Amino acid sequence: MSKIVFQHPRSLKHNIFHYCPGCGHSIVHRITCEVIDEMGIRGITIGVPPAGCAVLAYNYFDVDMIEAPHGRGPAMASGIKRSLPDRVVFSYQGDGDLAAIGMAESFHAANRGENITIIFINNAVYGMTGGQMAPTTMLNQRTTTSPLGRKQQLDGYPVKVSEIFSKIGGATYIERCSVSSPLHVNKTKKAIKKAFQCQIDGLGFSMVEVLSMCPTNWKMSSVDSCKWIDDVLGKEFPLGVYKDEIAALQNEAEAPA
Amino acid sequence: MNKVLMSGNFVIGEAAIRAGCRFYAGYPITPQNELTEYMAEHIRNAEGGVFIQSESEIAAINMIAGASAAGIRVMTSSSSPGISLKQEGISSMAACELPGIIVNIMRGGPGLGNIRPSQGDYFQATRGGGHGDYRTIVLAPASGQELADLTMDAFDLADKYRTPVMILADGMMGQMMEPVIFKKPKPRHYNEKFMLRGAGDGKSKFIRGLLLDPIDSEEHNWKLFRKYEIIKKNEPRFEEHRIADAEAVIVAYGTAARIAKGAIKRLREHNLKLGLFRPISLWPFPEMQLRSLAAQVKKFIVFEMSTGQMLEDVRLALQGYADVEFHGRPGGAVPTPAELANVISKICDKRD
Ligand SMILES: Cc1ncc(C[n+]2csc(CCOP(=O)(O)OP(=O)(O)O)c2C)c(N)n1
Ligand code: SF4
Repeated sequence: MSKIVFQHPRSLKHNIFHYCPGCGHSIVHRITCEVIDEMGIRGITIGVPPAGCAVLAYNYFDVDMIEAPHGRGPAMASGIKRSLPDRVVFSYQGDGDLAAIGMAESFHAANRGENITIIFINNAVYGMTGGQMAPTTMLNQRTTTSPLGRKQQLDGYPVKVSEIFSKIGGATYIERCSVSSPLHVNKTKKAIKKAFQCQIDGLGFSMVEVLSMCPTNWKMSSVDSCKWIDDVLGKEFPLGVYKDEIAALQNEAEAPA
Repeated sequence: MNKVLMSGNFVIGEAAIRAGCRFYAGYPITPQNELTEYMAEHIRNAEGGVFIQSESEIAAINMIAGASAAGIRVMTSSSSPGISLKQEGISSMAACELPGIIVNIMRGGPGLGNIRPSQGDYFQATRGGGHGDYRTIVLAPASGQELADLTMDAFDLADKYRTPVMILADGMMGQMMEPVIFKKPKPRHYNEKFMLRGAGDGKSKFIRGLLLDPIDSEEHNWKLFRKYEIIKKNEPRFEEHRIADAEAVIVAYGTAARIAKGAIKRLREHNLKLGLFRPISLWPFPEMQLRSLAAQVKKFIVFEMSTGQMLEDVRLALQGYADVEFHGRPGGAVPTPAELANVISKICDKRD
């Protein structure tokens, strides 16, 4: 008897990704689908793709999905989750989507403690529109709208979403991961699983920030992009768990009244 | 059923809940706060009822879009500046064919304007308001009773045509206290295939507005257009008041129509035979019905609490078959029936 150790996830459609070679989105899609399969939640999961490179996520995720206007995913996900509290609802967002135009929606969804999960792709640029400066762009990083490099005097600083969100009362679980190596991919998968479990257990808002390669707009090879995450981006945005109230909330729930 | 005395904002809230609205999101703005507050207090008492005070009008419209996709009857409300913020979401709901009710209790504009009753948002409401080739059904109540009836009807229309429906009233209507009877709501007919509730063991669904292929997108636009044509044919609503012997007809909606009725009463006491044509649906505009009146009446006087917006629809409807005059008070100014009667008698004198 042979044992299956690797196969196409059930929740991932058999379509060819439109993402550029070496892009982090496709990796995060795949591991999210693996998590959905492993947790057996395909039938009760509803995803909200963003405006961004992942706008066509419904071509890949074989779960119910509804596209949100740019940045509005967390508001839409809140509406869905409050209407269908026993479904697993996630919003999938880029850094422009979440931390610029949609900062209010993401911040307040977290603050209300919405029992949803955000998968947040931080690639330090606006990918879809051609590599403009994002809120997460590094100081001195050149983009099409910061041709001389991002200057703090004019453009402000890289926005540290996980750090900020970890201070929000309503947030339960916030972790920053990366997909720059197999080790990190596995950690990201675990984090997404933990976030979904947090939601299924009714413990409130969870977000997994993923440092993700955009070789096209970074103008680097795929391999160099992974290295840039480890050596540069990851220094500005340190990986790790920023908030984890899961155990505390579980204890609270179990404590005799 | 019993008559109850309620302010306009409360009437909308109560009618919505009775019609099965189970999700409301909104952001405070005068003069519609009482509606948000009513929903906060009462929707949660209905089974499954959800109220969210959103962080902005943008968030509110997207929250109701999400809940609508989940198959729930939904509503949001605001006043003029907040409705401007909702336009992105209204356009998106129209594109995605999501039903939902948007209440605009209009105030003076442009900009922050003031919090007095006004009708300056007619263009925004009837031309779609947001970007793209779409229309929104717009209902303009003119009494407490109509606030109740049209709110209930709005939910049925939204479901029937899978499109957002706007209730366009103003601060006066929102504050006004009148006795109303809530009719029995019709049972809901909304196909489950349009609801996004998780794929279960079946095929997954998706709802989107993005259509990158221009031919697909063109087809989608024509599909929406065909739907709007059906709405234009089936859904115009209007009231005619003292038309039979009228020598001139005032065209007005909402609060302006109430003022016009008062003016007509005064003018008829002085033997001026005025009537009123009141569009109840502003989109679809009762174009044919107004045009047919031109066979009988040669003078129309449009009265709006604006510098003249519905005026354009009246001109389009009448196609030059009759004279069109206009009187307007924009920016939150509300004339009395006596003032309007004066203006109209002068306009009629001019003719003689
Ligand atoms: C209201 C609005 N403004 C602007 C855009 C154009 N737009 C689409 S995606 C995007 C940015 C995407 O960047 P990001 O969120 O970082 O995601 P990525 O593409 O990098 O994954 C922008 C500005 C839009 N769709 N809607
Ligand atoms: S532009 Fe960047 S984020 Fe977008 S698909 Fe290409 S590599 Fe991925």
